[in-house]
Amino acid sequence: MNIPNELRYSKTHEWVRLEESTAVIGLTDHAQSQLGDLVFVNLPAPGDAVTAGEPMGDVESVKAVSDVYCPVTGLVSAVNTELEDSPQLINEQPYEAWLIRVEKISGTEELLTAAEYEALIASEQE
Amino acid sequence: MEQKTPLYARHIAAGGKMVSFAGWLLPVQYSGIIAEHMAVRTGCGLFDVSHMGELVLQGADALSNLNRLLTNDFTGMEVGQARYSPMCSGGGGVVDDLIVCKLSEHQYFIVVNAANKNKDRDWMAGRLTGSCTLEDRSDAYAQLALQGPRAENILRKLTEDIPKRYYSAVPEGKVAGVSCMVSRTGYTGEDGFELYCAAADAPGLWDALMEAGRGEGLIPCGLGARDTLRLEAGMPLYGHELSDAVNPYEAGLGMFVKPDKPDFIGKEALEHARPVSRCRVGLEVTGRGIAREGCPVYHGERQVGTVTSGTHCPWLGKAVAMALLEAEYRQPGSPVIVEVRGRQIEASVVPLPFYKRS
Repeated sequence: MNIPNELRYSKTHEWVRLEESTAVIGLTDHAQSQLGDLVFVNLPAPGDAVTAGEPMGDVESVKAVSDVYCPVTGLVSAVNTELEDSPQLINEQPYEAWLIRVEKISGTEELLTAAEYEALIASEQE
Repeated sequence: MEQKTPLYARHIAAGGKMVSFAGWLLPVQYSGIIAEHMAVRTGCGLFDVSHMGELVLQGADALSNLNRLLTNDFTGMEVGQARYSPMCSGGGGVVDDLIVCKLSEHQYFIVVNAANKNKDRDWMAGRLTGSCTLEDRSDAYAQLALQGPRAENILRKLTEDIPKRYYSAVPEGKVAGVSCMVSRTGYTGEDGFELYCAAADAPGLWDALMEAGRGEGLIPCGLGARDTLRLEAGMPLYGHELSDAVNPYEAGLGMFVKPDKPDFIGKEALEHARPVSRCRVGLEVTGRGIAREGCPVYHGERQVGTVTSGTHCPWLGKAVAMALLEAEYRQPGSPVIVEVRGRQIEASVVPLPFYKRS
């Protein structure tokens, strides 16, 4: 299971890359492997407000729909439009296939380090 | 506590993601639902369907009992021939859908849905007349399904006992030295075979098939692909398109009801069931989203039906669904709206099946 050290993680299996004043958000390798082949993503639009810990959209696999939670509070500055036609990029390259970028960040959820996230996954599988 | 099929260890070894289904632990997928679905459409897939039930009806009055319990007519079958039929209650609703294979003049092999096995066994056993017994042989049997355009090539490496026609079987065949019934049936819309063997022989048979299929692209496939394949092929699933609240005419299964038979359970109710006021239709989602089971279907402001099964179909590359709609909206081309998680999504009625092999 791939868990890059330089990223931070939410308990709901999103990854966060904190750049200067922006957060880039995606789904972890563990998340995509649990979800299965993704066929649709529903994401917010640029300009939308997002709130840490709240659902910001959803992803659909062949079998089911799952909410995606935003780990930070702020405004959506960009959305990865490639995912509209190619949602399977999330399965193929979960750490390249970012979902949204958020600016004007005013708060975050509790974020885990790579080691803490690895421990979380292990405990969930017991 | 779920039951394990005889192939449980094979699923774990092959990386199967195990889930609970109808009281059994089975793989929903191995490599991925889409890859498995495409393998069956283009090459071959191998499924463990040992959870299904197998009942044997035997006796001088076996045929008359079959004809009374089920809506189809089982007269005039050859040994090894199979027929599909609904089984109805007195009110005309469906108790289960099943396949009957004639083993001999007085012996019939009945394959039933896993979820309904106990119900079907008790229903039938309680309604037998004359010289006839019903035996539940489900625990003795394992079932493997080999499905796809390359299925025959693969099977031919292991046996000559290959039924020639769709819906026929070789009751006493030998595949890789394993005794089994080889049936040319399936739930995928492709050519393929269902193999019924003794539970203890299942792992060896699985291994032989996987080995024989090595150069032909054979991969193991799970319940997820089983569902997307049957839905794409427009095949009904009990608990979705069929239930005790739906009669065979509403489900589009009229060709399996023989009203000229002297008597069968549900005959009188079904005599008054046509024309139907609602019926099973195919829907193609034209907007963005996936229509799923339970989603209401609207025409204008009014709800005219409900989705019974729906998913993204890998071969077609689009979201399709089956729904039970008021009959006046059944015409292909009828525009409808499906409500999916609070969003209105455009869809259109299309003919069934969505996919037919060429």
